[in-house]
Formats: sequence, structure tokens, C-alpha cells
Amino acid sequence: MNKVYTNIIEIAGDVITVEAEGVGFSEIAEITTARGKSLAQAIRLDNKKVSLQVFTGSKGISTGDKVRFLGHPMMVSSGNDLLGRIFNASGEPMDRGPHLSENMVDIGSPSVNPVKRIIPDKMIRTGIPMIDVFNSLVESQKLPIFSIAGEPYNELLARIAAQAEVDIIILGGMGLKYDDYLFFRDTLAKHGALSRCVFFIHTAADPVVECLLVPDISLAVAEQFALAGKRVLALLTDMTNFCDALKEISITMEQVPSNRGYPGDLYSQLAARYEKAVDFDTAGSITILAATTMPGDDVTHPVPDNTGYITEGQFYLKNKVIEPFGSLSRLKQQVNGKTRDDHRAIMDTMIQLFASYRETLEKQSMGFQMSNWDKKLLNYGRRFENEMMSLSVNIPLEKALDLGWQILSSCFEPEETGIKKSLIEKYWHVKD
Amino acid sequence: MLKQKRIGRVIKINANMVTAETDAFMTQNEVVYILHEQERLKSEVIRIRGNAAQLQVYESTQGLKVGDEVEFTGELLCVELGPGLLGQIFDGLQNPLPRLAEQCGFFLKRGVYIDSLDDNTEWDFTPAVKEGSLLMPGSTLGSVKEKIFKHSIMAPFNLSGRLEAVNIAKSGKYNLKQAIAKLKDSSGKIHEAFLKQIWPVKIPIKAYAEKLKPTEPLVTKMRLIDSLFPVAKGGTYCIPGPFGAGKTVLQQLTSRHAEVDIVIIAACGERAGEVVETLKTFPKITDPRTGKPLSDRTVIICNTSSMPVAARESSVYTAVTIAEYYRQMGLNVLLLADSTSRWAQAMREMSGRLEEIPGEEAFPAYLGSRIASFYERAGTVKLHDGQTGSVTIGGTVSPAGGNFEEPVTQATLKVVGAFHGLSRERSDARRYPAIDPLISWSKYKGFINETHMAEGHRILKKSHDVSQMMKVIGEEGTSINDYIDFLRGEFFDFVYLQQNAFDKADEATIRERQEYVFNFIYENILKKEFDFKDKEHALKFFQKLRQLFKGLNSAEWESKEFKAIEAEISASLQGR
Repeated sequence: MNKVYTNIIEIAGDVITVEAEGVGFSEIAEITTARGKSLAQAIRLDNKKVSLQVFTGSKGISTGDKVRFLGHPMMVSSGNDLLGRIFNASGEPMDRGPHLSENMVDIGSPSVNPVKRIIPDKMIRTGIPMIDVFNSLVESQKLPIFSIAGEPYNELLARIAAQAEVDIIILGGMGLKYDDYLFFRDTLAKHGALSRCVFFIHTAADPVVECLLVPDISLAVAEQFALAGKRVLALLTDMTNFCDALKEISITMEQVPSNRGYPGDLYSQLAARYEKAVDFDTAGSITILAATTMPGDDVTHPVPDNTGYITEGQFYLKNKVIEPFGSLSRLKQQVNGKTRDDHRAIMDTMIQLFASYRETLEKQSMGFQMSNWDKKLLNYGRRFENEMMSLSVNIPLEKALDLGWQILSSCFEPEETGIKKSLIEKYWHVKD
Repeated sequence: MLKQKRIGRVIKINANMVTAETDAFMTQNEVVYILHEQERLKSEVIRIRGNAAQLQVYESTQGLKVGDEVEFTGELLCVELGPGLLGQIFDGLQNPLPRLAEQCGFFLKRGVYIDSLDDNTEWDFTPAVKEGSLLMPGSTLGSVKEKIFKHSIMAPFNLSGRLEAVNIAKSGKYNLKQAIAKLKDSSGKIHEAFLKQIWPVKIPIKAYAEKLKPTEPLVTKMRLIDSLFPVAKGGTYCIPGPFGAGKTVLQQLTSRHAEVDIVIIAACGERAGEVVETLKTFPKITDPRTGKPLSDRTVIICNTSSMPVAARESSVYTAVTIAEYYRQMGLNVLLLADSTSRWAQAMREMSGRLEEIPGEEAFPAYLGSRIASFYERAGTVKLHDGQTGSVTIGGTVSPAGGNFEEPVTQATLKVVGAFHGLSRERSDARRYPAIDPLISWSKYKGFINETHMAEGHRILKKSHDVSQMMKVIGEEGTSINDYIDFLRGEFFDFVYLQQNAFDKADEATIRERQEYVFNFIYENILKKEFDFKDKEHALKFFQKLRQLFKGLNSAEWESKEFKAIEAEISASLQGR
């Protein structure tokens, strides 16, 4: 049995300081209070003084409470037993299933050796044309959804998860509204995907410190599945809540803030999580899709800004559609050359024409006269918005490409599109 | 120095900063090992207070305890320099990553340090001096063949004064542990020389005769850079830009095409995926100048964003030290650091833990001087034997929010010789490379005629002004001459500044071709007095010209196709 300490000498925010010996950095302790038990992690050691971050918060902790160090860092159970289960951010069951203690792994595993990674080259199909056709998602990619609060980013994540051809889905919810959590659960259940899912849920009502654990615990479990050869999709929502939790803790710890109160190591903290996305040489992969809400739709806010420097592109969700301008998949070139010969041509042409449509809309709103070409563009743009961009569209890539040809053929003459002749001959719909 | 082993004990741990107490003396910046169970974790003394040393740890500090023993080594953080560096992939502490993977598997294991160079590999040594020759530190003793280069073996850089070769090895095979020469210094002391040397990364190698002014242009084969914002061999330049503007792609293209002998890539705190792309593709790309894989002339130092933060700092110093080493052989070396902002952020994290008074955006007050002393390690030097060598440094900067007013960009701009600023507007408009010609500058002399270059800058500025004006007063209110200047500028931007990285011929443009085409555009388009009936005619004419020129860019230099298109362009310019 580990030694128990009772001399808590300081409580500030969610951080308590206790006098103890032989404690390892980032070791886990269990605190027994009148309210029950809570886990805590050593985040600073100064001689005998050990500062602990209390996962359930410091409310109700008294200076005489018992602190017992467990002698190991934060661990989580891994393996197939987790499938279909729902846990909180500390790894405790939230469903009625049993407590798991098999195959415990450290949630702070080291970084992957870059030479053991491979260049990603497998596309993940989602059934959403704005992703499949225009910004293909690639296995092992790390991609956030930038959106304003109120956009349907969780709906989008749930849909991708339900339809993506992956083996395992891990959902890490941070500051999630309880009904959003239920929504995820029900959507995945409806698609019969629940049996290949693992949930780690921190709701908005849970203590802030626990929020910090969610990405690590989710990705540690994901990593074990990937090492076993599985293709894993990790969904993290909402990473802005994670960053805000970091901000709160670092300020409590009296760290000098760098930008709008966020700690100076925000970039490294985010990178440590996102860089877990990997395609292992001779094993499975982890793909990370995250939601990042942008305060005030401001992409230069520290959270989306640092995220953008780390991730391999972003989906920009605006007015309930994936906005083609501002969205980018940096890895799409790795896969869209070998899907179908017309993929890149459709992608480029439709976007260029859509850009012209937007210009025409501007002209129209300024009261300029509409030329024939403008009218063609307006017709095209509306069809594009309704039949391609709308998130209610759910068709496989090939169908989406066919639809692209259909729209182009009915709106334009072949030479107006600038598509090369060989493709026009193969795919253009000749009008009757 | 005392040989006695100096030990101490850990008393505080705050993330990657550990404080240790000792009764022995301590040296600033010496390497200290923290002993934890079976592991030995490398760290560096960054501040001394009383009998406590504050250490930045190059590894994860998870599980370390108060009371763990520490061992002071008395040595500064060093790298191994010698044959076998080329083609290697190292982490920030010069551990070879492929061999680390063989030993530890998928993950980086802390506390595992592997010799950077394999001591047992044998090299064919050919002596270049005789016994009794008088030498200087850094003088060539002989050479071995490393990939495509004659790798000079030099008298140790850490010796001083005149040296006499009292013994030199005969031609033959030697490994890195066998002495190949004995040298006597002016005090009569004998020193042994080996194929490899050890050198502290934070101290510049200065075993040369003098530092020269960088004058010779470094050809990157990127038209926008070479023709308008040139870089000199031995110079420095920086590439700031918001995310998604193409900094890394620009660095990758430069690392492939730049006309230098050796490229050192320091991937500092960036995405692992991008390093993977370089390290998996370079062995497959043939360098047109040597016919050998690109990886044969490249060294990659990678400390990606999820690797220990403190080693980010050492990765840029490791890279520049290796660059200086090859410069000592009379080679031209290009160091590409991506991204220096991540290094600056690592300094900021550490400064915060040291509880230093923060400067702007919480960066430490010494940010500027650290950046300056790093870029100052670039330069063209004249060696003792009269040869010249150079280290050119190109660093990317990732400013927060894409705002160039931030401290890292500003501190960098003060010390570099050229500024290639990427802009979001250009990359959104798909104008690549997205270097904004209106904000960028260079203090170096390029190979393009200066009057021509000035005219290029002038027309871009004018064209931009006219386009801004047209937004307000419309096309109708613009005079035909202004409108033609607008078209000229746009044309110049489209066909000369922009380059298609996916087109085989357009991807890289050699110096001769740049000179020829720039001259052609200057004489026939930029200087020409055009006479058009109206704006629509002018627009049509320039659109056609642009289409023709794009074809020209895709044609191989001096091919029949090139000449045919050139003739067609000349014909269409007749009578205008």
C-alpha cells in the first residue's frame, strides 16, 4: 500500500499543494474527500512540495484530506473490451458496464519516430461531395473543422463517423453539451456503428481539469488500436474548450500568458495531440477530425491560428455548408489523382466557375446589368449550392463526379469550361 | 579541468525545467545527465543560482523524482563531424533516427542516445600533406570519398596557432577511431587527429582566414526570387507567411533545385508528415547536376512539433554547425530552417519557466540577439588555402495570425539580407510562389541587369496602384496608358513571377533562361510603346500573349518548341 499524506498546505483554483516524498513528475494521486474520491496529477515538484491538479476540481477539499500517490502516470485500459463503451474523461464507465483494468497504457506516450511513418495515400470516403470531390480526406490526416458556435459541426462529425470506412471510431468530447453527447450516441447507434466506437465524454457540467485529459486518453486508446493494425478515426470536439481549459490552468499556476491569455506553449500542447495522427509503416493508422470553434469567426484568434499551423488543412463550416474557399485538404493531391481520371478536372473547373458565380453575385447586388454569361453563372451557382454544397447531399464520389458533369453540361457549352478535350468527349452530356 | 566526477540531486521539477543542487562547481551550458532508474536523460545548464543549476531537459520529464541523481559532464552540447553525415536523418541531438527505429521500434524512447557516426565504418583515406608540413587548425590533412564529394579531413578546429605534422597516416582504410595524424603545436604538445571531430554546437567554427562579403548570387531556379529578390551565397533570407501560404512547399522546392553543393534541412517544430515526404522522396529524385539521388547531398535534422521542445533549439544549432563543417571544405552549403518561430517559441516556454521578465508577447528580451547570432553564422569565407566556401541560411517564420508586426518576424528582418514575404491574398488567388513582390526586398545583387530589374519592380507597383484605383473609379475612368500599364504588370506577374511547381519545365528555371526571358520581356513588352484602339483590344492582346507565354514556360529550354513559340510571340508583337 502506498503511503498516505494528509498535509495539504495550499489550495488555489483546482491546484492543491501537499507535502510528500518520492513523488514522480506527472504521477497520479487519489484524494479522498468528504465528497468521495478524485484523481489528481503532479504538475510541479519543489523539494517536498507537490502541486497537484485535481481532476474533479478543488471544491470541498479540506486541508486534512488524504492524498495517496499511486506510483504511476495516468493510465487507461485499452483493447477490444472498450468497444461500444462510454467513459468519462478519467476513464471511468459512464454506461452501466464494468470497470476495466486490462491492458493499461500510459496516456502520455512518446512521439512516433518520423522514419516509421509512411506517406499517406488512402482516401477516406465520406459521402459528402464537398469533402470527397473538393477536399478529399486522407487516412492519417489531421483536420479541424473551423466554425462559429451554432454551426452544425457535431452533426457533420457524426455523419462522417457513421459513414467513413474505418475500423474503429473514438469520440473525445470536451465541454460537450449533454444533448450533443446523446445526439452522437443515437446517430452512431442508428447507423449500427456503436459497436466499433469508444466514447470519452467530458460534458460542460464536468470539472474543467478533466477536459485536459480527453485528447490524451482518446488518442492513447486510438494508438493501441492502430498498433494492432486497425484504421482508427478519432473525433475531438471541441478543441477550443481544451485550449480554454489550458488557459485556465496555466493562469492558476501563475504562468506568464502570451497571447490573449493563452499560455506560451499552446502550439506545442496542440501539436503533441494532433501529431498523434499517423500512418504506421506496417501497422494501422489514426485520422483525427476535430472541431475548433472560432470566437467571432476570427481565424487569427490564437486557437484556430495555432491549429492551422499544425493541421493538414481545415474544413471551414459557414452558413451550414462547407465553404469551398477557406477549406483546404493539404493531402488531397496524394489521393485525388488515382480515383477517376476526371476527378481533378471536375474539382478545379467547378470551383473556378463557382468563384466567378460569387463575383457575379456581387455585381448583381451592386445593381450592374447581368450579361448572358452572368445569367449562366447564376443558374450554375444555384444548382451547385443546392445539389453539391448542401450537407443533406449524400452520394458516393463517382456519383458526385457524374452529377458534376450533369450540372456543367446543362449550364454551359463545353469550351466555356476550359476542360481538356479528351475528358469532354468521354463525360460531357450531349443535349438532346 | 578537474577530472573528479561532479554529482548533484534534483530538487525541483517544472515540466521540462529541472533544478538540481550540488556542492561542486558548475559551468553555464554544460551537459548534465539526470539519472532516473535505468535512464540517463540529457539536459543543459541554462542558469546557475547559488548552489543550484537550472536545467532544460531534452526529453520528457515524466516520472522524474526529487532526489534523483544528476551528473555534470563539463562538456558543452556537441555534435560529431566527419564522413558519413550526408544522407542521414538526425533528431535535434544528432541521434540517427533510422538506427533509433531499428533499436526502439515505432516510438522515440527517451534516454537512448546513439553515436551519430558509426565509429567502425572504414573510409579510404588519402593524405594531402607530408610530415613536417606547417599547418593551421582547419587545414586539410587528407581526404576520404563521401558519396559524390571529396570529404576533407581537417586539423582539429579546437587547436590554436601554427601546427606541424609530425606524423601522417599512409593511404589506406581507417575507421573513425584510428588516428590519422599527429600534430605538434607551438608549445611542443602533440595532438592526435582523427577522421571525425567533436564540436560544441553553440560556438561558430572559425578556422578560416577571413569572412568575405556575399556577392555571388545563389541560383534557386525560382524566377521571382532570382530575378527580383535574389539571395547571395553566404547570405541570409527569411520567408514569413501565414499558414497555408506555401512556406514549406517553397522550402522543399528550394532544397531540390538550388545550385549549391550541400543542403541541410532543419525541420524545427513543424509537421512530421512533411519531413516524411522529404525523407521518403529524396532518395528517389535524381539531382540533374550529379546524376545521383538528392539524398546524397542532403542532411536532414528533424525535431518535429511533438518531439521534446528543448531539442528544437539544439536542432537549429546542430544544423548550422554541420553546415559550417562542410563550408570548411570549400563547399557551398544551404541551410533551410523551417520554422524559426517554433524555435523562438521554445525559448519563450523556457523563459517563462525561468520566471524571467517577459518582453513583447511574452518572448524573452534576448530573442533578438539570439536570432541575430544564429543568422550571423552564415557567410562566405576564405579558407587558409585560398579556397572559398559558404553557408547560406534561409529561415521560415510563422507569425501569429499572419501578422508581420510580431516580435519574431521583426527581429529576423533586422538581421537578414533578403525578405520574401508570403501573403494570404496571393495564395488565395493561387498565385504561386505566393511571395508578395510589393512588400519583399533584397539587399543582394542578382544576375539580372539592374535597370531591367528596377523596371520590373516599377511596373508591378504601377499596375497595383492602377488596379486599386480602378476599384474606385471603374475601368471607364482609367486612361488607356494606365490601363496598359496595369495589363503589363499583370502579364509580368502571370508569366514570369508565377511558376507552376507541377510542370516539369516550368518548375525550375536556370539562370541563362531567366536572363534571356527577362531581357525579352523587358525589351518587347515592359519598354514598348503600345498603340491600341481601345481597352478591349488591349485586354484581348495581352490575354493572347499570356496564353502564348504560358506555352513558352512549359517548353524545354532551347528546344524546337521553345523557339517556335518565341517566333510566334515575336510575330504577334510586330506592328503593335
